[in-house]
Formats: sequence, C-alpha cells, structure tokens
Amino acid sequence: MIFNEKMECLDAQALKTVQSERLVNTVSYLHKNSPFYQKRFAEFGVSPKDIKSIDDIVKLPFTIKDDLRDTYPFGLLSKPLREIREVHVSSGTTGNPTTVGYSKEDIDLWSEVIARSLCCGGAVPGDMIQIAYGYGLFTGGLGLHYGSLLLGLTIIPCSSGQTKRQLKILQDFKPRILACTPSYSLYMAETAHEMGIDTKKISWDIGIFGAEPWSEAMRKEIESNWNLQALDIYGLSEIIGPGVANECQHKTGLHVQADVFYPEVIDPKTNKPAAPGASGELVLTPITKTGMPLIRYRTRDIVTLTYDKCRCGRTTPRISKILGRTDDMIIVRGINVFPSQIEEVLLNIEGTQPHYQIIVDRQKGGLDDLEVLVELQESFFSDEVKQLQHFEQRIAKEIESVLSVGVKVRLVEPKTIERSEGKAKRVIDKRTL
Amino acid sequence: MKITQISVFLENKKGRLYDAAEALGKANIDIKALTIAENEDFGVLRMIVNKPDEAVKTLKAAGLVATITDIVAVEVNDAPGGLANVLKVLIKDDINVEYMYAFVEKSQDKAIVVFRFDDPDKAIASLTKNKIRIIGKKDIQIF
Repeated sequence: MIFNEKMECLDAQALKTVQSERLVNTVSYLHKNSPFYQKRFAEFGVSPKDIKSIDDIVKLPFTIKDDLRDTYPFGLLSKPLREIREVHVSSGTTGNPTTVGYSKEDIDLWSEVIARSLCCGGAVPGDMIQIAYGYGLFTGGLGLHYGSLLLGLTIIPCSSGQTKRQLKILQDFKPRILACTPSYSLYMAETAHEMGIDTKKISWDIGIFGAEPWSEAMRKEIESNWNLQALDIYGLSEIIGPGVANECQHKTGLHVQADVFYPEVIDPKTNKPAAPGASGELVLTPITKTGMPLIRYRTRDIVTLTYDKCRCGRTTPRISKILGRTDDMIIVRGINVFPSQIEEVLLNIEGTQPHYQIIVDRQKGGLDDLEVLVELQESFFSDEVKQLQHFEQRIAKEIESVLSVGVKVRLVEPKTIERSEGKAKRVIDKRTL
Repeated sequence: MKITQISVFLENKKGRLYDAAEALGKANIDIKALTIAENEDFGVLRMIVNKPDEAVKTLKAAGLVATITDIVAVEVNDAPGGLANVLKVLIKDDINVEYMYAFVEKSQDKAIVVFRFDDPDKAIASLTKNKIRIIGKKDIQIF
C-alpha cells in the first residue's frame, strides 16, 4: 500500500514543479519570518527573487548544526514561540544541546511522512505496532506514534527499556511491527535468549529500525535473530525526526519524501554537488515546514542518491543506507575510519558479537592507536591462550584489510561492553586533538 | 582415564580472579590445583576442583566464561628425575604437550603432573603401555 500515491509516484517533471513551487514559498516565508535567515541571506547576497526553481537551491547558503547551538534555544524559530506546539531536544552528545520546534502543520507533516514510511515498510491499517523508541525529548518515540495514529495502527507505546516487560508484551499482544534502534533489537534478542524465548517464533513481521547507522551485516544478524524484515528508517530532528526516508520491502535504498524534503548530495570538502551516484554528504531542505524550516541543512551523513524508479512503484529518489558520518568518522594515522566498517567485519567473523567498542588513543610519540574491544562468544573460548591470541590476530587482520590501518583487537568478556537502549556509544576517543 | 579441568576466561582487570575464587568459595568448591596462563590483555585460569560440573555452573552464574577441558593426570615420583621419566616416554611416542602443570597431594609422597595433550587418547595408550600410573577422578576425590 502506498500512503500518498499522488505525492510518492510523481513523474520527474511533476516532482520538480512541486519542489520548485514549495522552495520559492519557503524562501520568501523565511525572508519574511526568520530574523536568522534574513541576516544569513543578506550576508550571502541572495534574495527571494533569485530563487525561481528548485535548481536555484545551490544559490542558497548552508545551515549547520553549530547554527542551532549558537541560537540555542529558540533563535531559529520562524514562528512566535506561542505558535509552536512541540519542542524536541537532541541528545547533545557533543557541545550544547540543539532544540527544534514544530508548528501544528509541522506535526501534521511529521505524521504524514511517518505514515508513508510505515506503509513503505509494509504496514497496513489495523496492524499492531510496538514502539520501543524512547518517548520524550528524543524524536523517535513520538514521531512513530503520530504516524501510526494517522495510518490507523494499534499502538503499544512501550518506549525503550524495561526489556523483559517488552518481551512479555510481545508474547502476549502479538504485535506485527517493531520500531526501535537496531542495536536495541539485538539487545532484546540477547535478553529473549536468556529468558528461553524462541525468537524465531514471534509475531513481529516487520522491524522499522533507525536513529543510528547500521550495516547490511547487522540487518542479517537482526533478521536471523528475529525472523522479520528489518527495514531502515532515516531522519534527524533538525529536519523533522524519523520519516525523512524509509526502505520499502525491496531494500534497495531509502525512499526520500522528496516533495517535502529536498535532498542534495555534496562533496563535503568542496561543498559542490557530488557526481551523480557518487557518495557524499546528504544536505536536506524541508520545503513545506513553518515552525523551523532550515535551508540546505548539512546532515553529516554520507550517502549515495539515486533517481531510478523502484520496483515498489514509488518514484521518490532513494538514498543508500548511511555509509558513515562525517563527524562520527575517526581519523587514525591520516585514514578515515567509520565504526560501521568495523561492525561489518565483526559480523562476518564467526564467534564474535556485534557488540564492540573502538578506543582511539595517542601515544607519546604522536602516533594514534586504534583498539577494538570485541566480546568473546562463549562457544569460542579456548583453554589455550595461543588459540585466543590467534583469534584476536585473525580479527585484527580482517579489520586491517578493510580499513588499511593497523588495529589491536582485545577480547573481552561477554556482556561487558555497555549496552545502550538508545544510541550505542561505539567510539571512545581519548586523544586531545 | 581423563579428568576434568575447569578453564576460565579472565579479562585483565582488577578483581576478576577474586570474583572467580569467591564464587567457588561460596559454593563450597575445593580447588585442588590451579595455574594461570596470560598475555597482556587476558588470562586463562585453569583449575582442578572437586566438583567440576557445579564449578562451571557457579562461574557462569557469576558472569564468567568457563568451560570444561579433558586433561590427563599422571603420578610422578616426588624425587629428582621423576618428571623426566614421564616426558621421555612421550617424546619417544611423538606426543605433543600443549601445556602442563604439577601439584602435590597432601597425604602422598608422589607428585601429580597434569597434561593437556592435543591427542589425549594416544597419550593415554602410550603412558599405560609404559606402566606410568594415570590418576583417576576417585584418586583425588573428584566427584
């Protein structure tokens, strides 16, 4: 089922027409209502009359996360605060937190794009959904909630945590859909196994997983644990929260709701558009929002973008799974390292778990050390130290062949790496750069 | 005749060995012999205990990774040359020792040497043929 066939199946020309009209409106709206963008446009020497079609978007300045921090808490709103209906705050892992504000229309938009996403993943009205994203300041829980209401699902608003209770509800209520972070789904699988639950025989058919980057290998791991279709949902609070893009059951990229969020892919070094199909930083512009629309927001997420028509019938452009983040990326001895690359390797080695932690440290001489802590699976434990050392060396070699940088692998006891019920903390950078 | 050794994975961090020892103590398990092999990151604690199955259960419950390994224990004269006599037999029959350690039972003047062989059955045949006494579970009160 396609939730909004009119907008999700537009031909290329019609989509462009819709996008052009909406961008023109948004720019003039901001010019009128946002003190921040009035100033930014003036500094950049651009005015609403320069923007006639969606192609003119490249004439507009970027917006970055620091702009949100610098204007904390409400400096980016383009409506008076009393007309803002909901506020969310980012987890603020680095620096100041960032706030986003939603008008009533923005909440309606959010509901619409989540409803589209859920349908895209295979949900139909009447299905039961277990929402195990955190409810609260984080956008995951409420976003999925609003979209599920609009679509007409039966909602179990579990929020994250209380894993044993979640699993009891799963067994007793038999929901068809699970929505949570991919790492939490694996944590739940681990708990389920401990409780003696047969994870292959549960009611979930579809998992809508997002809020952190995850690999194809992790998809396999989740699907083999839970016997469901694991689908990726993408979004960020600065744009709307989850619902910017979602995979359909063909799993050939995430359909971007391009009539409302215009996607560009740029080379993050030159800030110029990336070559068609090449990977680069995703830049998003919401073109129908009113509470806090941002112009050309730099997501820091690395993706590729394709305009090929999908077998599901939707014509919306698709982004790849997140290949990495420009700011999560660690540079070790001059080489870019994405935690997802290490995860991919680990998931392909029998005897390791997708629970890992990367520690980067700088030696006195200035050389960086990359250490990967890997949980030892019980069945791979040997009474012989040399066997365990061989195992460590084998993992290190495989990681090195992918990263082209030397790593030290250290086996640790199972379940000692901190489990996260939200975003997993994969990298500990001890360097003072 | 093989006997059972408990092997425990120990991360190289404070208190891990204590955790293992304390768990066994609380479960009233008697450690008859132990040795630790280690590298800079982790150690493997190997033990002979009076109640191996219970010991593994106890250690796992305490959150440790523990497993059972078959080893061969032989009786050696607690006198100069005792160990060499046994090793001579093994060399002659081309039997590999992965690791070994020794302990002395209180009431005897014999030492017990524990061997981890890559091929324990072949080792047992060789030792038996050469009239070297292999220790059974009963000899050292393992239940």
